[in-house]
Amino acid sequence: MSERVNVKKKSAPDAGTKVLEAKVDAALPALGPKEMLRWAWTQLTSMRTALFLLLLLAVAAVPGSLFPQRPANPAVVTQYIKDNPDYGRLLDSLQLYDVYSSAWFSAIYLLLFISLIGCVVPRAIAHYKAMHSQPPRTPQRLSRLPEYGTLVIPARAGIPASDAIHGAARLLKKRGYRVEVRDDGGARPSLGAERGFLKEVGNLVFHTSLIGVLVSVAVGGLFGYSGQRILVEGDTFVNTLVGYDQFNPGTNFQSSHLQPYSVQLDKFDITFDRESEGKFGQPIDFSAAVTTKENPDAPARQETLKVNDPITLGGTSIYLTGNGYAPVVTIRDGAGNVAMQGPVVAKLQGDNYYSSVVIKVPDAKPDQLGFAGFFLPTAFVTDEGVSFSGDPELFNPQLTLNSYYGDLGLDEGSPQNVFELDVQDLTPLNARNLEAGGITLAPGSSYTLPDGKGTISFDGVKRYIGVDIHHNPGQLYALIFALLAVAGLILSLYVNRRRVWVRTGTHEDGRTMVEYGLLARGEDHRLAGEAAALRKLLASEWQLSQDEPADASSPTTPAGPSGPEKDQ
Amino acid sequence: MPYGINETMGQYSELFMLLAAGTYTVAFIAFAWDLAKSSKALRAVDLKAAQAEEAARVSVGAAAGSRGESDLAGPADRAERPSSSAGRGAGAGGAVTADADMRYAAERRAPARVAVALTILGALIHGAGVVTRALGAGRVPWGNMYEFLTTGAFVAVAVFLLVLVRRDLRFLGTFVVGLAIIMLVAASVAYWTPVGHLVPALQSYWLIIHVSIAVLSSALFTLTFAMSALQLVQSHREKTVAAGGTDKLGFMRLVPSALSLENLSYRINTIAFIGWTFTLMFGAIWAEKAWGRFWGWDTKEVWTFVIWVVYAGYLHARATRGWTGTRAAWLSIVGYLCVIFNFTIVNQFFNGLHSYSGL
Repeated sequence: MSERVNVKKKSAPDAGTKVLEAKVDAALPALGPKEMLRWAWTQLTSMRTALFLLLLLAVAAVPGSLFPQRPANPAVVTQYIKDNPDYGRLLDSLQLYDVYSSAWFSAIYLLLFISLIGCVVPRAIAHYKAMHSQPPRTPQRLSRLPEYGTLVIPARAGIPASDAIHGAARLLKKRGYRVEVRDDGGARPSLGAERGFLKEVGNLVFHTSLIGVLVSVAVGGLFGYSGQRILVEGDTFVNTLVGYDQFNPGTNFQSSHLQPYSVQLDKFDITFDRESEGKFGQPIDFSAAVTTKENPDAPARQETLKVNDPITLGGTSIYLTGNGYAPVVTIRDGAGNVAMQGPVVAKLQGDNYYSSVVIKVPDAKPDQLGFAGFFLPTAFVTDEGVSFSGDPELFNPQLTLNSYYGDLGLDEGSPQNVFELDVQDLTPLNARNLEAGGITLAPGSSYTLPDGKGTISFDGVKRYIGVDIHHNPGQLYALIFALLAVAGLILSLYVNRRRVWVRTGTHEDGRTMVEYGLLARGEDHRLAGEAAALRKLLASEWQLSQDEPADASSPTTPAGPSGPEKDQ
Repeated sequence: MPYGINETMGQYSELFMLLAAGTYTVAFIAFAWDLAKSSKALRAVDLKAAQAEEAARVSVGAAAGSRGESDLAGPADRAERPSSSAGRGAGAGGAVTADADMRYAAERRAPARVAVALTILGALIHGAGVVTRALGAGRVPWGNMYEFLTTGAFVAVAVFLLVLVRRDLRFLGTFVVGLAIIMLVAASVAYWTPVGHLVPALQSYWLIIHVSIAVLSSALFTLTFAMSALQLVQSHREKTVAAGGTDKLGFMRLVPSALSLENLSYRINTIAFIGWTFTLMFGAIWAEKAWGRFWGWDTKEVWTFVIWVVYAGYLHARATRGWTGTRAAWLSIVGYLCVIFNFTIVNQFFNGLHSYSGL
């Protein structure tokens, strides 16, 4: 983008100064709204502004890593505000918990992209014109170019100036230059040559692809959706809205987008590390055997779902994101009827699958029942009486519960967290501090609640998995644009745009004098190497011995010093 | 399924790491000695040259003047190329610097040769340590912070030695080897982790692709960070000398001019930037495979993005008037500080999906 700025700066004094001066002389022009807009646009699309916005974007992204973010974890944000009442709210009003969708972050990247478009479009037009026009005219004094050299063809070779220029043109064409020969019939024929147009093309592709990536992300946000579901062994998930435990639709989502495929969890296996000292008992492999159906009538297929290895169904991907134990219980109410039977998902709380259990039995009669407690796959009790889980596997499974009766508050239909039991309006039946004590169950055992409220039996343990289901129609395009961006980046950094001019003339004594100069556009540390290579090619074209006149072999002339910028 | 754990191999690996750190320490001393000695020797040469020049200047004073003038009147396009203002004066101003090409000179520097030989020896032992660690764990040796550090230090030294084949960057020796020592010590003291299996989230071929490119890019950023820091010092020295001040930083004679440092670090930074772009992209592809979304502003993703933007800013600065030279060098340094921050603070103290420090 520098070139544009440079060109503007350079051309302004040449072309614009007079007009400007005339204007100033006439009357100071008042800046109308139109001029203001133009001025703002020029400022916005300048390289300096783009650089400033770019650095500002980096700084603005940082707070998102310092404060908890709502999209990642809303519960943590709520807790954070509670824990820091003094400044928690203030941060919220500054949108510091939603940094990446905040007004200020959006403003920065939108301005950056507008600036980028304002930069790319004129440059694309200019480059299109440059690609369709001839190389610039031959400078008067080639010796002023950063790379300069001369060659002398002896008179006996019989190559006149016009032949020499055509020979040079042929060579340069072969080397990939676009060449124009000028004045080949005259006394001082010359040629202009240029190559490396792909550099600017790469540059434009890179920046345009970044816009593509942004648009793809937006498309994903509009038309995508994601959701979570917990599946106990034996459970089946059907891809409909009611099938999800939690569902986050994109802005433009419609439930008709869901294809009713099904996934059944047959078995879930975990391998634990039994080798290394420090990590003993750490899981090293999760593997879920599932049966899938593309739609209700399709044939069933056996598949394996693993971490890092999602399964794809109906345009969505299904990821294994969590797991745990689900103790299977049967609860009979005071009337002796089965009020609840099945696995209860235990929520992970600590090491070795130390998990919390909440059971709500709204169907129990005459009183609704509630249980809250812990599940331990390998129960141990310390001397102080504190229970902990000694191993992640089911060596000594234990369910310890408190029980309550009363109104669970589920009848009004207001949603409740299934993992939490609000005991405020309930009467405790079993607890450690009560006469009846707490309930401790091993698989196969059962317990009769006091006061004839019913019984609970612990029938066995199943495993459950948590799956995330994602559909993002934009992500393939994001990948394509990202790959295009990298390709463009590599081209723009490693293709060199160069111009070469050659001029020939006939000396009085019949020798043909050749001079050439090279100019790079942008950073080009191989320009000197290119000059040497061209020199070699030209010399062999005219069969000149390389070490002929010493004065011509060095490009360093008083006017063209090998300055420090000629880095190797 | 992962391969078995071999604790003995792990212990050998730790022994190799210690030996490598010891060897590097001796190499570091040799590099420092080289800087001190060469600066003295160069000063003596300079004095002689200055006397000779003084004599010459009297005779061709007029010629020198005209030369200086034409130096300024270059073609219009010349100004487009980034250049440090201080770099120009290097030849005439008298701030002696090493060869701008960073090619090897004819003169032999014994301490530097000893230092390089010791660094090669250290790198071989270090390499053995990395390989035994990989064998002991039965997987790629970059699954936790201890392994990132030990492997990362090895890659940094290896890249440095590889560049030494083509270019005389021995003036960077104290820096690179010193950093490798710090990394090895930090790994052994603060981040030590016994050999172990990978958690399921890391069991993917993307670990090999994504992390190896990240480590390689970081190693390149390490080199450019050193060069940018030296560039700032050299640029200051050049200005001081050009303004007629005394040259207090004699050891910087061994270091090329600020402009050549800037140009070479730019070239290395372009490679590292492409590498970092790939790190970001492959990370996104892996994130999609592991977590179901390719970008979620996880803390580590945020910082990888910040680093990418800072170095993108650096590349743009190099093409912006008024931002080349010192300012660009500062951007390169800020970018590297972000890399360090991303590796140390973010890995350990920020909660995120990338919490694999193994601590």
